[in-house]
Amino acid sequence: MYAVELKEVSKHFGSVTAVNRLSLRIADGEFFSLLGPSGCGKTTTLRLIAGFEMPSAGEIFIGGNEQGYLPANRRPVNTVFQHYALFPHMSVAQNVAFGLEMSGVPRREIQRRVGEALEMVHLSGLGNRKPGQLSGGQQQRVALARALVNRPKVLLLDEPLGALDLKLRKAMQVELKALQHQVGITFIYVTHDQEEALTMSDRIGVMHKGSLLQVGSPQEVYEAPQTRFVSDFIGDTNHLDGLVTGLANGEAAVQIRGAQQPVRALTVNGVRLGQQVTVAFRPEKVLLDRQAQPDGNTLAGRVVDVVYTGSSTTYLVRLQDGQQVMARQQNAAVSPQMRFQSGDLVTLSWPVHACKAFAE
Amino acid sequence: MSARSFPRSSTWARWSARLSSFSLSSYGFLSYLFLYLPILILVVFSFNDSRSVTQWAGFSTRWYGEMLADDQVILALWNSLFVAGVSTLISTVLGTLAAVAMERYRFAGRLAVDALLYLPIIIPDIAMAIMLLIFFNQSGLGFEPWRLELFGLRLAVPYSVIIGHVAFNISFVAVVVRARLAQMDPTLEEAASDLYANSWQTFWRVTLPLMMPGIVGGALLAFTLSLDDFVITFFTSGAGFNTLPVRVFGMIKKGVTPKINAVSTLMLAFSLLLVFVSLFARRGEKNPAGELGV
Amino acid sequence: MHIAKTLRRYPALSAWLLLLPAVGWLLLFFIAPLFIVLAFSFMQGATYGGVKAVFTLSNYARVIDPLYLSTFLRSLYIAILTTAICLLLGFPLAYFIATRPQRLRYALLLALMVPFWTNFLIRTYAWLTILRTNTGLINGTLLALGVIQQPLPLFGNDFAIVLGLVYGWLPDMVLPIYAALERLDRSLLEAASDLYAPRSRVFLRVIWPLSLPGVVAGAMLVFIPSLGAFVIPAILGGGKSLMIGNVISNQFLTARDWPFGSALSILMMAVMLAATLIYFRSATHSQARTARSEVDL
Repeated sequence: MYAVELKEVSKHFGSVTAVNRLSLRIADGEFFSLLGPSGCGKTTTLRLIAGFEMPSAGEIFIGGNEQGYLPANRRPVNTVFQHYALFPHMSVAQNVAFGLEMSGVPRREIQRRVGEALEMVHLSGLGNRKPGQLSGGQQQRVALARALVNRPKVLLLDEPLGALDLKLRKAMQVELKALQHQVGITFIYVTHDQEEALTMSDRIGVMHKGSLLQVGSPQEVYEAPQTRFVSDFIGDTNHLDGLVTGLANGEAAVQIRGAQQPVRALTVNGVRLGQQVTVAFRPEKVLLDRQAQPDGNTLAGRVVDVVYTGSSTTYLVRLQDGQQVMARQQNAAVSPQMRFQSGDLVTLSWPVHACKAFAE
Repeated sequence: MSARSFPRSSTWARWSARLSSFSLSSYGFLSYLFLYLPILILVVFSFNDSRSVTQWAGFSTRWYGEMLADDQVILALWNSLFVAGVSTLISTVLGTLAAVAMERYRFAGRLAVDALLYLPIIIPDIAMAIMLLIFFNQSGLGFEPWRLELFGLRLAVPYSVIIGHVAFNISFVAVVVRARLAQMDPTLEEAASDLYANSWQTFWRVTLPLMMPGIVGGALLAFTLSLDDFVITFFTSGAGFNTLPVRVFGMIKKGVTPKINAVSTLMLAFSLLLVFVSLFARRGEKNPAGELGV
Repeated sequence: MHIAKTLRRYPALSAWLLLLPAVGWLLLFFIAPLFIVLAFSFMQGATYGGVKAVFTLSNYARVIDPLYLSTFLRSLYIAILTTAICLLLGFPLAYFIATRPQRLRYALLLALMVPFWTNFLIRTYAWLTILRTNTGLINGTLLALGVIQQPLPLFGNDFAIVLGLVYGWLPDMVLPIYAALERLDRSLLEAASDLYAPRSRVFLRVIWPLSLPGVVAGAMLVFIPSLGAFVIPAILGGGKSLMIGNVISNQFLTARDWPFGSALSILMMAVMLAATLIYFRSATHSQARTARSEVDL
């Protein structure tokens, strides 16, 4: 049995398809992130699970039960809203107590559980404040407490850290993850921030234009993207256009214009001989040197820009045909003679297993 | 500062800036004088110890005494309050329900209802007044107040006047409440239903409390408009039924006396009281003056 | 239970249930009377009020009668003049308020609104005591002091009516202009003067175009009630200087020619409807423009 299961769920708004035949299984106790650019349908998916929207087609199960047209108030899930949606006319404690009151929990137990919940999010003593008197980070915690106090089967979080500044966001990421371990509740987390998804999730589902493109662990989606979109959206990626000149053992030989030898890349989903493809590889996999490496892929080029970013340096290298490649090197690890300047002639090399060819 | 924006010497520029700022301030002062002086004169001469409303002859409250002794004025005052109270009650309920429908639902015909709700605000009161006059005349409903006895109290219910007042007040209430609803975060209602509140509980616990400032504001506006209305009341009231403005108009037509100033001052004081009540009801809001005039 | 489910399935049904009382009231007591007036305007009058159910266009033809046409045109002229004066007086006032510090701004706004909340009739009466021909405050005082021998023509003419209208509707002009000016981003003005615009150009090229929606809204709010004015000409016109609103009311109160009065009302409303439509078109136009410029950013 899954905490949440979606079967072929679609949602149309008029002629717009927000979610397109999406199927997904989320295990009990999992921290699952829905990742994608704005407008990809991730928030709609979350709202379908919460019961704020009803699916146009398909079925949604929570804890093994089909939800049908059940309204939000009859579903065993709770939501942390993007802008928190705290009731401005109620105190913090009244906000947290609201769900318990509505489900008819005895007054004394409400008091106890509200106290516990506020303690859990380090807000004991602020129960009598109004939400308007709290900082953004504190409001965020109230929203969490208000949802978690009901002990839902699943907690839905809609970009909950989006309104916080960078430093607070990083701190809250750690705290949220710890909190999830502590309570053991399934989290479904919607975000457009790939770094956030990579840091926090057990598994990530990448969405684009209403469809789920790939589901996997952070490592899988980062290291082994199945589509060009996923490889592009998550992390920095080099893309080189070329022609497939050979196919063997799940590898393709791709000829880049002006290169002395073809680039070898792992093939994904049906790459054919003679086809125009894109070769993708990460900047941190690329080694810069003055002469060629014995194995792996090698290309020659000229450094056109050097960007120093503290712990690492990123080089922009222009190939013979004008395409550009990024290479990132850790500053601590390299010796002084391995530092380069604009105009230097260099060779780029990277392992075949870190390189993928996607059909256009 | 760019050299090209002030080609002349900087002293000259400073004086010119000071001069224009001074003339703007004086203009502002004069404008407010223009707005308040007539009202001030009106109030001052209500205390004049003479029949003249322009030649000062010493302080006296005798016109207030005469006003209170005038049964017609006192009756008109009660009529005004009764009409305003009843029409505010009805229009606040109707206008609020309509506002909720318009702001929280999407449905076919919404645009037409939108136009219908705005028409009474746009149409001048004289047109609305003669429309209602013909309507009550032709429908046979007539204008004669409906007399009834309630708890030993003899009441004259001028239904034609009340119906007219409700007809224009619904729209004003709806506008004010809609403005409030539009400001409200709709996810608050979703949050309530996410926390197991059914739609009834959501309405009572979340929507209504948050709407309340708008409803109170709308009701106060309706009450004020109803109290102030002369034209529609004038054309829809039966013979012998006067509200205070209708009575005052009749008095003005007969001739100017400080007694009218006294009645006017009383009405002014009442309006001011309403303004302060509505400010109090909206205390803590960011811009209390913002929606006051709609 | 069953009802709740049905309502959830068809949200439009809930909306119409909520609207039913208000819409019903307005249909019965606003739209129906409107159509009766429209119908009356095409019928023949009977003696002592009332109508004969005979179709005729003569009521509209009578509007061209110089007597009525001149009143109609004069009302239009007075309404336009009032609007223009309100704009001339109101724009600097709105600018004055908008450039004050915040606390003072709110106090000034409130002070602008208070007369607005007081009774119209009373405010007009106040001017009556000031302007009256022999015993008014101005003429009375000046005559008593011997400054003038003949009373100044302050009352019972277009001057008195326009003054009363301007006094009554000035806040209606100021508020929307103020709202537009307040929304105006101050850094735009700084940007303009940074780009070498002298102050007169900053006004013409930045402030004025951006406050135009407020100006148009204010003009509508002044023009429509001015055209339909009834109380002010009745009191300050001294029974001689009349506007279309008074002619209409006379048809019902004294002349007892209901069809003609109806035709006049319909024409007045038509002019206002036209003005309103022009307003909404220009409003949506400028909204579209703002939206587009936001996208461009």
